Amino acid sequence: MELAEAIILSVLSASTPLLIAATGELVTERAGVLNLGVEGMMIMGAVCGFGGALYTGSITIGALCGIIAGTAMSLLFALMTLGLAVNQVATGLALTIFGVGLSGLIGASVVGEQITAAPHLHIPGLTDLPLLGHVLFGQDAFVYLSIALIVGVWYFLYRTRAGLILRACGDNHVSAHALGYPVLRIRLLAVMFGGACAGLAGAYLPLAYTPFFIPGMTAGRGWIALALVVFASWLPARLVAGAYLFGAVSILQLHAQGAGIGIPSQFMSSLPYLATVIVLVALSRTRSGGSTAPAALGTVFVPDR
Amino acid sequence: MRKTFFAAAAALLLLGSLGGSAEAADKLKVGFIYLGPIGDLGWTYQHDLARQALDKEFGDKIETTYLENVPEGPDAERAIEQLVRAGNKLIFTTSFGYMDPTLKVAKKYPNVHFEHATGFKKDKNMSIYNGRFYEGRYIQGVIAGKMSKTGVLGYIASFPIPEVIMGINATMLGAQTVNPNIKVKIIWVNTWFDPPKEADAAKALVDQGADVIMQHTDSPAAMKIAAERGKLAFGQDSEMIKFGPTTQLTSIIDNWAPYYIARVKAELDGTWKEEDTWGGLKSQMVVMAPFTNMPDDVKKLAEDTKAAIIDGKLLPFKCPVVDQDGKTVECKGGDHLDDGQVLGMHFYVKGVDDKMPAK
Repeated sequence: MELAEAIILSVLSASTPLLIAATGELVTERAGVLNLGVEGMMIMGAVCGFGGALYTGSITIGALCGIIAGTAMSLLFALMTLGLAVNQVATGLALTIFGVGLSGLIGASVVGEQITAAPHLHIPGLTDLPLLGHVLFGQDAFVYLSIALIVGVWYFLYRTRAGLILRACGDNHVSAHALGYPVLRIRLLAVMFGGACAGLAGAYLPLAYTPFFIPGMTAGRGWIALALVVFASWLPARLVAGAYLFGAVSILQLHAQGAGIGIPSQFMSSLPYLATVIVLVALSRTRSGGSTAPAALGTVFVPDR
Repeated sequence: MRKTFFAAAAALLLLGSLGGSAEAADKLKVGFIYLGPIGDLGWTYQHDLARQALDKEFGDKIETTYLENVPEGPDAERAIEQLVRAGNKLIFTTSFGYMDPTLKVAKKYPNVHFEHATGFKKDKNMSIYNGRFYEGRYIQGVIAGKMSKTGVLGYIASFPIPEVIMGINATMLGAQTVNPNIKVKIIWVNTWFDPPKEADAAKALVDQGADVIMQHTDSPAAMKIAAERGKLAFGQDSEMIKFGPTTQLTSIIDNWAPYYIARVKAELDGTWKEEDTWGGLKSQMVVMAPFTNMPDDVKKLAEDTKAAIIDGKLLPFKCPVVDQDGKTVECKGGDHLDDGQVLGMHFYVKGVDDKMPAK
């Protein structure tokens, strides 16, 4: 397997959790809810996903457990921000801290255990094609799911009526409410979807990436996913590009070091965040003069107030 | 009214003194600050094993508490102060980056005793302790030099501090005794603990041709990747063989329990004073995991190297030490680099092609 193919494969693995988590967060933010609790939901997905796979021996059940854990955390978030109209930023941060801590507590009992990692697809003939064979036909289910997810989200947001209504809630919730749409219910569903994706993304880490659980193993990927949504200016196509770009940067800097190229690794690690800042600055200089964020992002909505 | 006031004050004083005397009869409180989670199965795990050994050894006489996942830096100061205020009289801070925070808190509380691991600053009430892990690295270098078929070692390094650099150099010096042309690829991951990133670094090293992987990070991720790719690897800090039954050659195991027990005993006896301990294979602060997955002649060579280091016959940093620019390093310890030079090491030995990253 040549170096180029090996690098592409590593980039795919590194980018997949970012892509899945960011897809969920994209939908949530498009509906107008800023969920900063992605990191907490991811790590809860990781610990529950690992536990599920460990005790049942099935990766699928593990993934489902991860999804359920992420959704449960997001329901807590929804209760606070949608039900009780609490500030979204504060709640999200609190949920991150809570999730990281709770996962460490639950995970203490499964540390040291291992499972067999998720199997990779193998189509005789196609998978062994040079260069792109493994890349296209030799991945595990999570990678294919991540692509299907973002394509599905794109179709939903831009080609269906329901997606249009969801975007309306994010752009102007007052008008949407005036038109009679159930804004809170739509936001609730969006938040749950975001939590489910975060949980799945978190579960990917111990189920396919490194087949064991260690407290804190997400190591900030939730935050990168959040930056990614902003970097992509809330557009699905740019999200895919951004996710693979972020993943590529993190992998290439390791390879560059191994090859003896002397770029400081600290600089490379900061590149995703640097890129996000640059994109934000560039966007703010466009004719519309502002960010392309959903106009009602982060604002609390209470009907009849 | 004055009567009730004095009665209340007297009652409070009485209660206060009762509280005070109760504390005097209390156990000795020993606190620990951990860098990572005790579930890291590496660095922090070994410290916690030693802490549990303390509980077993001293039972009711002491009460241990620990704070895990304390980041190095300003927040560490807060965490250490928290332990002091909770009544801990002997506090172990288990990472290099806690050096300045520990020193600051030590100056503030001269009656509390501090033990700082892997640092170099100390005070009247602050001891330092460290393990001569580089002795283990040297042995690993010898084994790696013998076992590597491609002649390229892969090294996952955390931060460019002397602790890590001396490890790289000792490994290379050991490897060069059996293969003078051995090469090493070093990847700095800038973290002590990030399993997916360590896994990525291991994958990158293997993809670039390394077939023996060593690490100075705390999780078994690299061992797992080496196992998946059919390469060989060394564990770090603790036994990692269950993550690579046919992969692990050996592991440097941190054995803190004897030192911790000695220090707590000194504290209980009232004989604690500040010390500077740097124990190695001889004092069993550093222990090697059994040599596995290697042919018998390599195993014998490893055992002999270990015995020679314990006897003092083999010095890992024996002079002359030549740095990567070809200059011979000044030899301050007679026939080997002295401890000060090793502790401040910031150069690569000859044979390492990478440029040293900035401090």
